[in-house]
Formats: sequence, C-alpha cells, structure tokens
Amino acid sequence: MKIHEYQAKEIFSGYGIPVPQGSVASSADEARAATERFGGRAVIKAQVHAGGRGKVGGVKVAQSPDDAAETAGAMLAASLVTNQTGPEGVPVNQVLVEELADITTEMYLALTVDRVERRPVLLASASGGMDIEEVAATSPESIHTEAIDPVLGLMPYQARRIARRLGLEGPASSAAPGLLSSLYQLFVDNDCTLVEVNPLIVTGDGGLVALDAKINLDDDSMFRRPALRELRDRAQEDELEAQAAELDIAYVNLDGDVGCLVNGAGLAMATLDVTSAAGAAPANFLDVGGGASVEKVASAVGIILSDEKVRRVLVNIFGGILRCDIAAEGIVQAYRAANSDLPVVVRMLGTNVDDGKRILQESGLPVVFTDTLSEAAEAIKQAG
Amino acid sequence: MGILVDENTRVMVQGITGREGSFHARNCMAYGANVVAGVTPGRGGSLFEDTVPVFNSVEEAVAETAANMALIFVPPPFAADAIVESADAGVPLIACITEGVPALDMVRVARYLEDQPVRLIGPNCPGLINPGARCKVGIMPGAIHLPGRTGIVSRSGTLTYEAVGQLTGLGIGQSTCVGIGGDPIIGTSFVEVLRLFQEDDDTDAVVLIGEIGGSMEQDAAAYIAAEFTKPISALVVGASAPPGKRMGHAGAIITGESATAEAKMRAFREAGAVIIPTPADIGSATQEMLRANGLSA
Repeated sequence: MKIHEYQAKEIFSGYGIPVPQGSVASSADEARAATERFGGRAVIKAQVHAGGRGKVGGVKVAQSPDDAAETAGAMLAASLVTNQTGPEGVPVNQVLVEELADITTEMYLALTVDRVERRPVLLASASGGMDIEEVAATSPESIHTEAIDPVLGLMPYQARRIARRLGLEGPASSAAPGLLSSLYQLFVDNDCTLVEVNPLIVTGDGGLVALDAKINLDDDSMFRRPALRELRDRAQEDELEAQAAELDIAYVNLDGDVGCLVNGAGLAMATLDVTSAAGAAPANFLDVGGGASVEKVASAVGIILSDEKVRRVLVNIFGGILRCDIAAEGIVQAYRAANSDLPVVVRMLGTNVDDGKRILQESGLPVVFTDTLSEAAEAIKQAG
Repeated sequence: MGILVDENTRVMVQGITGREGSFHARNCMAYGANVVAGVTPGRGGSLFEDTVPVFNSVEEAVAETAANMALIFVPPPFAADAIVESADAGVPLIACITEGVPALDMVRVARYLEDQPVRLIGPNCPGLINPGARCKVGIMPGAIHLPGRTGIVSRSGTLTYEAVGQLTGLGIGQSTCVGIGGDPIIGTSFVEVLRLFQEDDDTDAVVLIGEIGGSMEQDAAAYIAAEFTKPISALVVGASAPPGKRMGHAGAIITGESATAEAKMRAFREAGAVIIPTPADIGSATQEMLRANGLSA
C-alpha cells in the first residue's frame, strides 16, 4: 500500500527525523495562507501516489502567496500524468506547501527488504535527487548497501560507515547515525516494504533534512496496523482495482479487451501470456483465489463485466480447492446480474468439472468450451 | 526415491482442525501420505478422522509420534510462530502453505532458520508431492500426477498443476514436484531444489517454472550453467505484466530490469536450458527435450 508524501513526513516527524515545515492544502486559498506563514515563498508539491512528478510539473517553487495560490489551483484542477501513471493520470486532491530549504548537498537513502539476503538493506548514495534506477544503471559503485541483521538491528558502526561513504562531515556526520537508526526503527515498526528519502539534504548550517519521503507498506501486515490502514487514499487507485481489493480479489487493470477470470496468481499470469501470444490483449489480471465462494466468483466476474473495454471473457479454472461448479455458478450469476451477452471462452479442469460445464451449458450463456490453454487462447482470438 | 518426501515421511499438520487444514489433511491421507499427528493449541487430546492424534504443541506431537515433517495451515498472523515452533522441536522439513505472511515476519524467521538444521519450503506454496511414493504433503490435486522421472520446481501453485497436467497428458511422470512459494522471502530457493534433483538418481530431467520479480531465476540459471548436468526446461511467466504492479503473488512485482520475464528467459537460454515458449507448451517442449536426450517419459 502506498501513502502520500505528507503522510510519510508525519510519520518521519514522529521518529524525530527532520522534515521541512509544511502544510497540506486542498485549495488555492489554503496554499496562499500557508505560503504567507512561510514568509512569502514556498514549494508546492502535488500529492499523488505516482513517482516522476518532478519532471512533469508536479513540484514548483512559488515566489509569492499569489503565485502559490495560482500554482496550487492549477495543480488541483488537473490530473497529473507521469511516466508511472497511465495516460489518464492520477487526481491531485491535495498539495503539500513547504518552506524553501537551504540545500548544500543532496543524497539518497532507502530501506527495503532484499530477497537474496533475506533481510532489510539500507541503500545510500551521494547522488541524491536523481532517479535511483538511473544511478544504479550508470554508476552502481556509487550506491552503498548495508544489510541489516533483524536480530541486531542497524548497528551504530554501520550507520557511521554509511555517513563516511556519503562523505558527511561536521554536524551532519554526527547527526547521521541517529537519523539512520530512527529510519530503520520506523521501517520495522510500520511493516514497510520501502522507505525512500530522495533527497536527504545537508542544509547550510550542517543539518540533515528529509526533503522528500516515500513509504510503501506491506499489504500483508495491515491486520496488525489498523492506524496505517486509515492512510489509504482510494482516489489514487484505479476504481476497479480498489473494488477488487475490498473483496480480497487480486486484480490489475490492463489495456486490452479480454476479461480474464483465473484461480491462482501464477496461472493468471500464464493465462495473460498465452492470450498475448495468441495476438489478443488481456483487459486484466485476476486471481479469484483458492477458497472462493459463489458470491466471490460472481463479484469478480461482475468487476470484469463492468469494465467498459471488455469485449470477450476468458475463464481458466484449474479446480482444486476452488470447485468448478462453484466457479460456474458465480459466472452465471454475474452474467445474469449484468444482463451481459459477451462471449465467454471457458477452460475448466479438476474438481467437479462436469458439474461446472453442465451449469454453464444449461445457463444459455454464449459459452465456448476448450480443453487446453492453447485451444483457449485460439478460441478467445476467434471471439474477438 | 525422489526428493524431500517419500514413504518415510511422517507428516504433522499444524492447524489440522481449521477449515483448510482439515480439508487438505484428509486429502493428503486419501492420497497415501502418512499423516501421524495434528497440532492445534487448545484442541489437544482429540482424534482427527478417528485416527490422527491432535496435540496442543509441536513438542508433544514430535515426542509422541516421531513426526519428521510439518505441514502448516495456520492463518498469517500465527504462521511465523508455527514455523519456529516446529524448527525448535527439531522438525527437519517444514512446508508452510499459508499465504499472506508479513514480509518482516519472514525476515526474522529466515534469520532464525539460518542457524538451524531445518529446511523450510514456502510460505505461500502448494507443498510437495512424490507420486511414486504416494506421498502428498500439500494442497495440489493428487489425481493429476503420474509416477515418473521428471522433477518439477515452481514458484506457483495452480500453474504447477497446469504443468503437471500437461506432462501427465503426454505420459511424462513426475519424480517429485516442489512448489517453493510466491513470496519475496521464502525458505528454499530454486538452486537448493535443483541441487537435490541433481543428486537424485530417480530424477532424469527437470521442469522449472519461474515468474517475474526478484532474481532467483538468474541464480538458478548460473547454477545450471556451472553445475547442473541433467536436461532442464524452463518457463517464466509474467511477460505481459506492467512494472510496479503486484500480480497476485507478493513476490511477482517488476522492479528493475533483472526482474522482467525477458531478462530471466535470457538467463536460462544462455545457461543452456530448453526454453518453454509459452505456458501452453510446457508438455510438448519437455517431451521434445526428453526425446532429444534419449530419455523415456
């Protein structure tokens, strides 16, 4: 789960990590008032869940309160399209108005879980403010990595080593270990999958400030982080994806016209690949899960049918825990509820497959049955 | 023979009285697995299916039944505890089926297991099956399997069944099928399973099914190029996934170039593995590979 920069900075502040003075505004007037409080000049930052906003006008310096009002007003009026969003972009419902920072050096810091090391790693680079993927590609040696033993936590010597690698001196060097250890504590306490500070700056008087803050939270830990769950902003999510998430259905909206209903994430990915290889384009990834009920399958198919770009539906169920008759009943229910006549190619195998096929056959839906993955792909191509 | 599980596997099911645990414990027993104990704290003293004793703790279950493998179905908040409880009781092989274990829980578990003589399979995996030994320790549909000499290792559940279905349809039997799990932090990697297949006299060839995310496939490719001597066919799914999106599995998210399906396929090709072009070709590509190597199904 992603959260906004201003929310991340509130969490940072709670851990004593310095962030610029700032104020969230959801109107031009609020942005003007905040800028007045910061002495007449401020940075206006669009609050969106997508990265890459700096390159497309999502971060601007306002030279006066009126300028701030105008800038914020324009940001709030339009969706922001970045290289990480679709062409429709994401809505900007808030801007963060911040005091101007006195920057002498920009650096990069991140904490994430390394799959190979199987432990948290702290990444640090003296090349801050840039796209870190670019830094990793062009000068990987400039990124310092520190693996953290979860039993010990980040040790002070590791923090000092990072400070040294970053070339910090004087007060910034003394402040770094405390900041890094707070950052690690924050990462653990909140079940983060990513904490990124890009840039971390050294100010004119030698202080360290997190000029930007990004936090991604582990969806699987939300059961024990009820307060963090409240930070979710549905407006930033795709409408169909948000609906699916509430129903605990793994769904990703894609560009094509073939609605896909599959059980199991791997088989769902495989189904998309086979569909694409046959020259048809999937409209979505959908894993309805193992122990799905008739209602859950019906909701999943309902989401597919409510997607306006869907022209044909591909069902690929390998019945194990999920029985084919349950899947079939869910499909029929959803088609009736949506009053849909979109062609549906069905490939079913496993538990209660005969019952499943019979239910679909007797339903009168425009069903084409296939036995193998390749036949299913061919049939869905024909249905287009 | 096969790897990891066989006739000598004595299975203890943690969470045996739950909905999923009881359903699958029954299916494992019906297939022929030797389920010797169940564990559910607070439900000790009862019998599951009139035959399997249920204990309050793993410690008691192991002491009473000499269980040597744990199969875990407990809900995500309790999965880390269940794994460590089994490790602590000296259970050498643990398969954790549970999906949705917090990543930082698994970080701590993985750290703890580093110092223990324990192999963890999963979490978020379908488990293991050795059809020749009639030993199923997991949630896969047993009926689609056929005893044979081809090993399968996969990050997925249902896609593994798809692979098995295609192989069995062509008369290609399986020595052992291992689902290593779809999470970012898992107990056993592709390389570790490949090592076991390499040493197993009853495995002639291997099918590997990877997916987008992480770099475990590249590690497997490096091992294949350096040490693996048996024919191996490889599939990587998720070519059509957009970057940054979680495709169901927490581990299947493209971050960085090495995590893409294309990069992983390239690594396997360069390592000399047979590339399975699409998920519809798992059976046919593997059949061709076996023939080219003079191996029977």
